[in-house]
Amino acid sequence: MLKFLLKRLGIALLVAITVSTITFSLIYLSGDPAVALAGEAATTEEIEVVRTAYGYDRPIIVQYFDWLGRALTGDLGRSHYLKSDISEVIFSRLPNTLILAGCAIVFALSLAIPLGVAAAVRPNSLIDRIALTVAVIGQALPSFWFALILVFVLGIQYRLLPITGTASWMNFIMPSVALGYYVTPGVMRLTRAGMLEVLSSDYIRTAKAKGMRPMAVLFKHALRNAIIPVVSLAAVQFGFMLGGSIVIETIFAINGLGFLAWETIQRADLPMMQAIVLVFSIFYIIITFLADLLNAFLDPRIRVA
Amino acid sequence: MAQLRRRVLGHYGILIGGSVLLAIILMAIFAPLLTPYDPIMDQNLADKLKPPFWHDSPKYDPDHVLGTDMQGRDYLTRLLWGARISLLIGFSAMLISGVIGTALGVAAGYFGGKVDMVVTFIVTTRLSMPVVLVALAVVSLIGSSLWIVIWVLGLLIWDRFAVVMRSTTLQVRNLDYVAAAQACGCSTFHIILKEIMPNVVNHLIVVATLEMAHAILLEAALSFLGLGVQPPTPSWGLMISEAKGMMFFDAWLIGIPGAALFALILSINLLGDGVRDVTAPEGRN
Amino acid sequence: MSDTILEVRDLVIDIPVAAGMLHPVQSISFEVKRGETLCIVGESGCGKSLTSLAIMDLLPKAAIRTASALKLDGEDLQTIGERRMSDIRGNKMSMIFQEPMTSLNPAYTIGNQLTEALRRHKKVSAAEARDRAIYLLEKVGITAAASRLTQYPHQLSGGLRQRVMIAMALMCGPEMIIADEPTTALDVTIQAQILHLLADLQDEFNMGMILITHDLGVVSRVANRVAVMYAGQVVETGTAKQVFENPTHPYTQGLLECIPIPGKTKRGSHLGSIPGIVPSLVGEIPGCHFADRCVHAFDACRSDRVELRDGFEPGHVYRCLQTPDQSAANLKKGAA
Repeated sequence: MLKFLLKRLGIALLVAITVSTITFSLIYLSGDPAVALAGEAATTEEIEVVRTAYGYDRPIIVQYFDWLGRALTGDLGRSHYLKSDISEVIFSRLPNTLILAGCAIVFALSLAIPLGVAAAVRPNSLIDRIALTVAVIGQALPSFWFALILVFVLGIQYRLLPITGTASWMNFIMPSVALGYYVTPGVMRLTRAGMLEVLSSDYIRTAKAKGMRPMAVLFKHALRNAIIPVVSLAAVQFGFMLGGSIVIETIFAINGLGFLAWETIQRADLPMMQAIVLVFSIFYIIITFLADLLNAFLDPRIRVA
Repeated sequence: MAQLRRRVLGHYGILIGGSVLLAIILMAIFAPLLTPYDPIMDQNLADKLKPPFWHDSPKYDPDHVLGTDMQGRDYLTRLLWGARISLLIGFSAMLISGVIGTALGVAAGYFGGKVDMVVTFIVTTRLSMPVVLVALAVVSLIGSSLWIVIWVLGLLIWDRFAVVMRSTTLQVRNLDYVAAAQACGCSTFHIILKEIMPNVVNHLIVVATLEMAHAILLEAALSFLGLGVQPPTPSWGLMISEAKGMMFFDAWLIGIPGAALFALILSINLLGDGVRDVTAPEGRN
Repeated sequence: MSDTILEVRDLVIDIPVAAGMLHPVQSISFEVKRGETLCIVGESGCGKSLTSLAIMDLLPKAAIRTASALKLDGEDLQTIGERRMSDIRGNKMSMIFQEPMTSLNPAYTIGNQLTEALRRHKKVSAAEARDRAIYLLEKVGITAAASRLTQYPHQLSGGLRQRVMIAMALMCGPEMIIADEPTTALDVTIQAQILHLLADLQDEFNMGMILITHDLGVVSRVANRVAVMYAGQVVETGTAKQVFENPTHPYTQGLLECIPIPGKTKRGSHLGSIPGIVPSLVGEIPGCHFADRCVHAFDACRSDRVELRDGFEPGHVYRCLQTPDQSAANLKKGAA
């Protein structure tokens, strides 16, 4: 198991480095980052000032390692626009995004897994068709449109929920649903397929032959095995949610990393953009690594090889 | 072959999805002929914000069946032309990502070993970077236009192609007829083309449809955020974004393009699911 | 406490399929007494596994089970409901399956799966359950039992897993055990060990046992009574001695001829075989199911309903239109 984890960790690190390289190079897409930062109306002197201030006059390799080195110590540079440390800004806005993504994934799993189990227990029944319909609709619904509909119906027409800001837990309901429902179909289908397969396996027959009660058979014996691939999928989807949070946070004016990303892009605040892409990616890498860990923990065949 | 045709025709998903998709494609192709208006040029502020026919309102103008937007442009026209945008972007991005992903995936599956390791690493790296964020960043830096959006999306969403093509190639690779072809000295290219591809093509079609839908959704999201197709081009995502401010009063401005997006994505998904069902019946119960 | 632990009368299993109604089991009857082993013998598809699943009420949902009597220690299994049935399973009556490699849950330790079987039915502490698990693991011949408790199924070989399955079936001290081809998936050398084990355990705990198998060698070693099944029906029943020494049904005779017996079978002589294939069990079959493959068949065999009739000795019955004398004569002829 240790070897397995170390190997995974090694790959994660390698990916992280590659991602950081790509992220770093992003700002060169526009050509000259100093020009982009200084703005369209800048004079040549102003551009040169910006260039030296941000160190864009040094060789690229030097810039990269300097940036990387400082990033590892938590210093992600300074934002031109906000006049403050990027790290501070990012980490002050991060909790909102994490809360949003967390609630979204909880919502998605609480809907998807029971539906998937119920559909597998009674294939081709009404509940199965409902589950499949939910999946099909969920996969086709654009999240931003769904969010707007929710806002319109629950927020405006019926005034049931607040539509902007993060004042209370109620503010997170609609955004979580709008962000999470997109993940529901995939998880539901995987749970259903996994359960169908597991339920027809020999060890389930053994469990029944031992006299185990239906709930125990379903949850202790069947789901425990069927859920293993779902864990990996959920982790991947959690990562997608970090990306999807951009749209949702913007609609609901939630002051998180996604909203910050959108604002940053509007302003072409390049160092901030670099930092945000880096932070999102590192988070994703960490989450998938944790998912691998959890996977190994859940499946003794990996854990105790 | 006859059995396949029977299965295709008997599958509700394929029938419904296929016919809706076909209808949308036809409407997109014949958009200029279906309405007398131009989606961009025919604007008349005096005509703005007329409601659609189901609103039962005195402001309804039968010249504009689905109403007009905030610049007096006929909504139906914009809707139809928006279909062109969505379909074009979806299809092109799917093609680009399909070529990239399939090449990577088949290579990884067929050659295995180091090639597989490298491809898997590339896929993992790509998966670690959130598509929307990277697309937004790139577009903000190099400017956005229809073709930039297509290429950016195409260069980003190839991962599922790679993963699926890799696993199906792995499965097929070890089958006897591949060994037979290798034994008779056929070139690698020939083997891949003649032995492997025909057997993974059904998976390819399924992924292609799903990724086309994915690309359409992404473009809509990008346009909604203002970094996709630029106004005054009619993109459904853009139309929803423009309508956002009017939501309190004229909700149909959001409802119609959103419903159109939903219908398009749904039909493509149904079609893809249907193809999967019909070509791999053992997978279903 | 009566001698008979399991009574099965006129058990019928029907399964609706696309082509019509399948009748995999058609009115079979037998009894098992405490301390006695009944071997149900037959080839693949004759319905023996379904019979055992029917007794345990573990048939697939679509299957329809009926019987004029299905009693475990006098209790009518048909009317008791699922709750009571699940109380009985693993407790008073246990089952051992054919595929040890896949019959254990890969996510839980051996210990967990063993103790779970006991604690589901009896109020015992975790420590007591653990002790019983160790006791039974040792009984089934697994060394270092305590350390096995923390191991996972994938860490054990097939033979070991089957022993664990046996131990698991015994956790609650059942009065009746059904073993469905417990050694078929194992090496021949292990087969003998497992069979001995089962026989010893049965003696020790005075359990009734049904052993399902297609291997006549196994039958000869462990059976008290034998029921030979063919195409969903019992075609011959009797004590092991009766059936082996005086096989009266042509199918049984054919089966025994197929086995080369060291010493008896002459070198170079033909090994018996039964031509033809098992009939389809969809829809009704008039007459004897074996008629198409039987060398002694005559017209009535294909049209008349064939019931069980008495052989030479009491308790020995068979399903054929021939008289016992005719059968014996056929046997002598064939053996020559």
